[in-house]
Amino acid sequence: MAGVSSSDGKKSRWSAGVTPYAEMGYYNPDYEPKDTDILCAFRFVPQEGVDPIEAAAAVAGESSTATWTVVWTDRLTAYEHYQAKCYRVVPVPGTNQYIAYIAYDLDLFEEGSIANMTSSIIGNVFGFKALKSLRLEDMRIPPHYVKTFQGPPHGIVMEREYLNKYGRPLLGATTKPKLGLSARNYGRVVYEALRGGLDFVKDDENINSQPFMRWRDRFLYCMEAVNKAMAATGEIKGHYLNVTAGTMEEMYERAEFAKELGSVIIMIDLTVGYTAIQSMAKWARKNGVLLHLHRAGHSTFTRQKTHGVSFRVLAKWMRLAGVDHLHAGTVVGKLEGDPNNVRGYYATLRENHVPANPAYGLYFDQDWASMPGVMPVASGGIHAGQMHLLLHYLGEDVVLQFGGGTIGHPDGIAEGATANRVAVEAMIQARNAGRDYLNEGPDILAKAARWSPSLRKALEVWKDVSFNFESTDTPDVTVTPTA
Amino acid sequence: MRITQGTFSYLPDFTDDEIREQIQYCLDNDWPISIEYTDDPHPRNTYWEMWGLPMFDIKDPSAIMMELDACRRAFPNHYIRVSGYDRRLGRQTVALQFIVQRPKHEPGFHLERIESHDRTVRYVIRSYAADKPSGERYG
Repeated sequence: MAGVSSSDGKKSRWSAGVTPYAEMGYYNPDYEPKDTDILCAFRFVPQEGVDPIEAAAAVAGESSTATWTVVWTDRLTAYEHYQAKCYRVVPVPGTNQYIAYIAYDLDLFEEGSIANMTSSIIGNVFGFKALKSLRLEDMRIPPHYVKTFQGPPHGIVMEREYLNKYGRPLLGATTKPKLGLSARNYGRVVYEALRGGLDFVKDDENINSQPFMRWRDRFLYCMEAVNKAMAATGEIKGHYLNVTAGTMEEMYERAEFAKELGSVIIMIDLTVGYTAIQSMAKWARKNGVLLHLHRAGHSTFTRQKTHGVSFRVLAKWMRLAGVDHLHAGTVVGKLEGDPNNVRGYYATLRENHVPANPAYGLYFDQDWASMPGVMPVASGGIHAGQMHLLLHYLGEDVVLQFGGGTIGHPDGIAEGATANRVAVEAMIQARNAGRDYLNEGPDILAKAARWSPSLRKALEVWKDVSFNFESTDTPDVTVTPTA
Repeated sequence: MRITQGTFSYLPDFTDDEIREQIQYCLDNDWPISIEYTDDPHPRNTYWEMWGLPMFDIKDPSAIMMELDACRRAFPNHYIRVSGYDRRLGRQTVALQFIVQRPKHEPGFHLERIESHDRTVRYVIRSYAADKPSGERYG
């Protein structure tokens, strides 16, 4: 009977009122996670005087079945099954932080819905008063759940075959200035950059359909530029036409028009929301158009180490939701990105099996069950002089986007594009020929600059540009050099 | 014009030693080499003619260079490309592909614009050389 205390005076599990979450079954150190469970690692700081075990149990409770007080209606369910279980709490040495490991049964989630999964796992609990801060560090998505998502419309392999480009990073640029160009002037930038040697040009995330340039005009001029550049080079070229809009209906209309004009790729922003991204992923698969996602807004919740959601989690969600490109950091450019964390993001997007690796911030093994990979995009403050570093940190399956580093070239946009293309091809050639390209990178570039005036000018202009700031988001475990 | 398909088209044309280095890199990665040729360089011409089967069992770059020389002799004015193929699960695609011979003169592409409804334009890209029958295109 509800509301009865046990003989030792302790409140029973089911008596009305408040029972600690840990005692309600949300903490179970003996629990062995099932292969089908979704696993989460949360970093949290409890309020003064709050027991970390109870705080971790509260996270499990509030992100699954619990509310603040006992409800008798729990007893109408097989509640042990539906309760999330915190199975381990580990203090982070030298801090007031803890990592809570929590297992969620797959039955808690709707198949193929990022919105549903995130409403559970990050829905309520981040505002919980008993915690000072909370961060979702990583998730293990079991193959059983992975298989309920479409995933990338095409993936890395299909993209390369579609573009007929192999063996090197792809090159792109974002049209600048970000805002204000008329459609006609905008298309000029696209044409020059593509004929000079880039594979892609990109709309900026906030280029949608403003008074200075409406979307339809932009699409027409950009496709003139793309086709002219294809004829000038004999290569497949693309421009990410951003179809981000206020409603799904408008996005579909813009995407249909991009397809009608023969664009190989369209683009959306993270700000459109998870469900809209999944809808556009289906559209892109159905219509044979690559889908580029700009992570606009992500730093509002990914950057701070103690509160929010790690980018590696967002990367997993976006691979499930289904995009072909995702911005994932540059290491050396102007935007946040610790080298080891970025390595973890890139592995998460590209590999089929990603082993846990604390040095890269990866808390769990992740098996993608043959879901195609997402092409990571490196964008923001990078230039040709860093090519050896970019290849070393980011590898070959990546789009390197040089916006300022193309358009800002003193001899013009096409020359800037050529400088980047010469630099990447020279670096790949040297790497394949067995050179120590990381250490000899500046020499390799200098040698190519002797016959390439475009590269020579680029190296002169940007030789001293670097962005060396401390990262705010770093793994707890650092790699100790062994050599 | 210079057609810029392939991994190394922005670099000066490779010497045989430089071609051999790239072939060695493919072989070191267990990527069998293919040689293909064409006189239709349209960017969407995926299927260049195969100079024999992919050389799955040839691990010696010199043997591959001999094949390349034979292809060059047979088609001295065609485009020839060398590819390394990665058959690993999750890839199963070309890993490296670069042009090793070009016609002496590359006339490039004609861009035809067909005006359509509401200011839209249909674009057709046609290589000037492909106006002639295959085999008669580059002299």
